[in-house]
Amino acid sequence: MQKKRAYSFPDEVLEHVFSFIQSGKDRNAVSMVCKSWYEIERWCRRKVFIGNCYAVSPKMVIKRFPEVRSIELKGKPHFADFNLVPDGWGGYVLPWIVEMAGAYPWLEEIRLKRMVVTDESLELIAKSFKNFKVLVLFSCEGFSTDGLAAIAAGCKNLRELDLRESEVDDLSGHWLTHFPETCTSLVSLNISCLGSDEVSFSALERLVGRCPNLRSLRLNRAVSLDKIANILCLAPQLVDFGTGNYTTELQPDVLSNLTAAFSSCKELKSLSGFWDVVPAYLPALYPVCSRLTSLNLSYATIHSPEIIKLVSHCPSLQRLLVLDYIEDSGLEALASSCKDLQELRVFPSDPFGVEPNVSLTEKGLVSVSLGCPKLQSVLYFCRQMTNAALVTIAQNCPNFTRFRLCIIEPKTADYLTREPLDVGFGAIVEHCKDLRRLSLSGLLTDRVFEYIGTYAKKLEMLSVAFAGDSDLGLHHVLSGCESLRKLEIRDCPFGDKAILANAAKLETMRSLWMSSCTVSFGACKLLGQKMHRLNVEVIDETEPPCSRPESCPVDKLYVYRSISGPRSDMPPFVWTMDEEGTILH
Amino acid sequence: MSSENGKRLPETDAAGLNFEATELTLGLPGKSRVTSDGGAKLGSKRGFSETVDLSLGDKKDTNKLGQTQSQIDAREAAPGSKAQVVGWPPVRGYAKRGKKSCKYVKVAVDGAPYLRKVDLEMYNTYQQLLASLEDMFSCFTIRNFLNEKKMDQVNGIEYVPTYEDKDGDWMLVGDVPWQMFVESCKRIRLMKNTETVELAPRTPPKWSRRS
Repeated sequence: MQKKRAYSFPDEVLEHVFSFIQSGKDRNAVSMVCKSWYEIERWCRRKVFIGNCYAVSPKMVIKRFPEVRSIELKGKPHFADFNLVPDGWGGYVLPWIVEMAGAYPWLEEIRLKRMVVTDESLELIAKSFKNFKVLVLFSCEGFSTDGLAAIAAGCKNLRELDLRESEVDDLSGHWLTHFPETCTSLVSLNISCLGSDEVSFSALERLVGRCPNLRSLRLNRAVSLDKIANILCLAPQLVDFGTGNYTTELQPDVLSNLTAAFSSCKELKSLSGFWDVVPAYLPALYPVCSRLTSLNLSYATIHSPEIIKLVSHCPSLQRLLVLDYIEDSGLEALASSCKDLQELRVFPSDPFGVEPNVSLTEKGLVSVSLGCPKLQSVLYFCRQMTNAALVTIAQNCPNFTRFRLCIIEPKTADYLTREPLDVGFGAIVEHCKDLRRLSLSGLLTDRVFEYIGTYAKKLEMLSVAFAGDSDLGLHHVLSGCESLRKLEIRDCPFGDKAILANAAKLETMRSLWMSSCTVSFGACKLLGQKMHRLNVEVIDETEPPCSRPESCPVDKLYVYRSISGPRSDMPPFVWTMDEEGTILH
Repeated sequence: MSSENGKRLPETDAAGLNFEATELTLGLPGKSRVTSDGGAKLGSKRGFSETVDLSLGDKKDTNKLGQTQSQIDAREAAPGSKAQVVGWPPVRGYAKRGKKSCKYVKVAVDGAPYLRKVDLEMYNTYQQLLASLEDMFSCFTIRNFLNEKKMDQVNGIEYVPTYEDKDGDWMLVGDVPWQMFVESCKRIRLMKNTETVELAPRTPPKWSRRS
């Protein structure tokens, strides 16, 4: 009997079928079915996501996927956002750009997060990719407006330039004039992170005026309120708008012009910016409020009554970012006005103050959990919490996917019972079965980690600070959380035993960060020696770890899986152990 | 939660590591805190460590200041605010939230024919700022209100650092928490000592509770 080859479709047919499969995970699954599917798939993969730029080398990526059009890379660990990763640690994009310039002439999209991007990299991008369309630099640094000028001038079909939260050396506002008059393709422009220097406003206006497909525009703080009406009139098709500063001298026409301008924006769904708000101008927003789904007031120093007034005009709101000036009363109002709310982030207006400066407590979050049944994602800074409140919140919101609570003073207990907050967070993980991200705070013992290890089966990212009693805590997490990908820990009494006992687990994760814990240098060396597919990096800016006894704890430890071995761009304050136990530097 | 079933660690894991020396003593959750290393190594880098003595005129690399010091500088922090732990609370780019990312202010000195500019973002404390100003205008001495220390007087004239805030008021440098100062300072003027009698330290409402 003749053996028939399974799936005997011609390659072109398979390729066509695969083109409907977009997600990286599904593509990975497809590639593992058989050798021929692996081959077909790799030639038609157009989009690659690399969660840790050091997990694989550019050459390896290019070798496997020769026809990529879109790449996303992430560099520094998350705690770099809080100054825990020293300058010069790494995350350089240039080596990637250099390799891709040769291998991917038709590259269209580059998305980077927490990477160091130089003007040289930007110039190379502008020169090398003739059909370049999308550049997103999220929390990046290392470049100046000169590099932006190169992008503006060189990328003829640029659709998206998004610099969100990046640090840009603001040399001159004139880089915008480098967009040629023939450039009409912009869909998204986010320059909100640019400094206080004025961007060439007339160039901006002309650019906006000639790009009919512009959907998203986020201005920087230097653009004053009186200029906004002009911009909006040029782009009434905007869906997402970020104001500059929301202040100007009180003049009779400004409010009416602004209101008229906002009225003309029938598609506007998302607003942000709002530096230096003068509350008298907030009513200009009322024409668009009923359609607003996303509102970012996290830079707006307005107080609860004004926030309540604004928010009560926004029944469709799904996403709100706000300072704690909203207070418990404002959150109560939010809970009754915004029944579609899915995401809430409340930031501290005075994070370093000793006394609370606003009346924002656990009660505000409880109100929202009660009033907003679709609430899924929370980031909440406050100064007090109780187990009872957390239990109530957990019961009200079993659909949480992200829950990040930051009680500002480390090791704060339940203020009513004086107990640790183990039970409260335990309720969160027990009730919220789809929880993917969790950040802990307050007084916590090993018990909370036992709850997490037992219940948080879908948890992918956990952030821990000033918590736990012993290695047992860490062991619960590493042995229990099946879906864990990223674990970041600071100032906890976790040491060698839990790490070494769970070494194999670390290879199933993207990365582990531990700083100011009790992991010894000896344990790091052992881990690096035994686990060949882990890079074990010790960071110490004061002195080399080998100048101290091996039992001494390391200052900072960053462990991540990698198939390209130790990296070659380590600065002097980073040490890694290779297979032979040599300490590389 | 069944706390009676203590977890037993595997003797060795897949990588073949030997755990004789690393056997965990397992107790019930909530028992007294016995750490794996007996707590010997704890404490030195936990939370709030000792202060660092920054002497004026000390040329520290300001770029690394926020990062090399995992210890906090309690004495340098302005009165009423707490000593800051690096990276806590985890507010992303707090320095930029509500402020310009590059905070240049003009510095004028009574009697000097020139102005200088300083970037307030380059400093984390008043001590650093005053040290830098002293360098810049090295022929003058600056009265340091924080430490009540008088520097060596070179030519017998003392200057008092003052600044103009967002509301247009002239205040004494050092009166409010550092972050608040950076946010509200529009320009700095080093006044000759005789002119400062009219200035009174303003106590913002939220600090009035301190003794």
